[in-house]
Amino acid sequence: MNKLMTPDEIAGSLSDGMTVGIGGWGSRRKPMALVRAVCRSPVRDLTVVSYGGPDVGLLCALGKVRRVVAPFVTLDTVPLEPAFRAARQNGEIAFTEYDEGMFLFGLLAAAHRLPFLPTPVGRGSDVLRVNPELRTVRSPYPSPGGEPEDLVAVPALHLDAALVHVNRADRRGNGQYLGPDPYMDDLFAKAAERTYLSCERLVDAFDGPPQSLLINRATVSGVAETPGGAHFTSCEPDGPRDEAFQRRYAEAVRDPQLWEGFRARFVDVDEPAYQREVTR
Amino acid sequence: MTATRAEVCVTACADAWRGDGEVLAAAMGVCSVLGARLARLTFEPDLLTTDGGPLLSREALPWGAEAGPGGVEGWLPFRDHLWLVLHGRRHVMMGASQLDRHGRSNISAVGDREQPRSQLLGVRGAPGNTLCNPTSYWIPKHSRRVFVEEVDMVSGVGAEDAYDLRRVVTDLAVLDLGGPDRTVRLLSVHPGVAEEEVHERTGFDLAVPEGGVGVTREPSAEELRVLREVLDPDGVREKEVPA
Repeated sequence: MNKLMTPDEIAGSLSDGMTVGIGGWGSRRKPMALVRAVCRSPVRDLTVVSYGGPDVGLLCALGKVRRVVAPFVTLDTVPLEPAFRAARQNGEIAFTEYDEGMFLFGLLAAAHRLPFLPTPVGRGSDVLRVNPELRTVRSPYPSPGGEPEDLVAVPALHLDAALVHVNRADRRGNGQYLGPDPYMDDLFAKAAERTYLSCERLVDAFDGPPQSLLINRATVSGVAETPGGAHFTSCEPDGPRDEAFQRRYAEAVRDPQLWEGFRARFVDVDEPAYQREVTR
Repeated sequence: MTATRAEVCVTACADAWRGDGEVLAAAMGVCSVLGARLARLTFEPDLLTTDGGPLLSREALPWGAEAGPGGVEGWLPFRDHLWLVLHGRRHVMMGASQLDRHGRSNISAVGDREQPRSQLLGVRGAPGNTLCNPTSYWIPKHSRRVFVEEVDMVSGVGAEDAYDLRRVVTDLAVLDLGGPDRTVRLLSVHPGVAEEEVHERTGFDLAVPEGGVGVTREPSAEELRVLREVLDPDGVREKEVPA
């Protein structure tokens, strides 16, 4: 079994208007090589579902996005993601904004093929006001207080495709994480019709404890080996976040002149050229 | 020993967790993180604190330090952190870009929904935090930009809907939600701060206690020693709240 693909082949398998989930969290272990490939491809009008970081920002900057579904978009050490911010402030993209836990329940619901999962969260906040499609359900059981409770029914976050970056993978599509946090990557894979993995290193067999085997091949359609493929986000223990490059990205996004040069050198180039440029 | 303003802020933050027992002290911002760890090292030893990431550290860590070998007592990746929010054994101290009279906070966006004047983070975990957990706030710069009549987007719910809004610590004062109809009330001003300055830098009328506004306590000598020698020898706190 061999599911090896190139990042460009993976990007080429996406079509306009798709809902695409992206693993990682903020500026951590994002499948940036795959995101860059999507940026170079002709695809457009994506709905991007993500605990958002520069994946969301870069796709917004390249005009690939119609709607973002997220609890936040941040670069962590740079709190506000400048490209997402600009796209929102220019009125270019819609934003379905959920609480972090609601978003998790949306992924869990989709992963379990449930239509929704109930949660009290959202009540009293403007999440319900800005997402008028959200419905509440009356619990069939009494709450500890005695009265049945009205709960927010978080709809399943069904994904047409998911993009996830892991430390190690094999050709069959099994994926292993070696860092301190799996984020929600397995849930993205389970919530998606098709999942594409990128990995720091392709292996024939896995070392390490079995619980580090986060993604199993039954959910994976394609695998790409992309050393440095999370750059400039963190990918522990293979590498930390490239803070200097992240700052450079953030500055370039805020300045149209800088952006042209940045884009020519770091976006409109294939992955090997990108990796050469960032280590120069 | 005379405490700096930042040090007063750290102990004011630490006091937020007083009496909480064996719960996760989740903190955002330098003085808030240092406050949680100081509380654990002094008067609230059963608190759980993190390394700033997914690891629960066996001891309260100095700012920026890693847990190191043998220094980890638990694992709390984001998925379990979100479980803990609903479960409830957690007292969070959040930041806020806006906070209004009713204790509603905004970290999401300012201005029009479809085309905000300023897109901020998004609601993050604020709706769940405030609904399910005791919540406090740490505001490093008390200003009319933050303390507004009404927030643009309710990220953290107000005192009426919240599980328990405990206190708001700023670089000037300590506030709570004990005003009429559970509105923001000025409890104490930090040493050297005039009460009038807090009112001037707040965009709505602050309630005050019947017995008058107090003065925030100074850190004890032992608290200052732990803070200066153990938790923050590099003085990162002074950058967040300059003297």
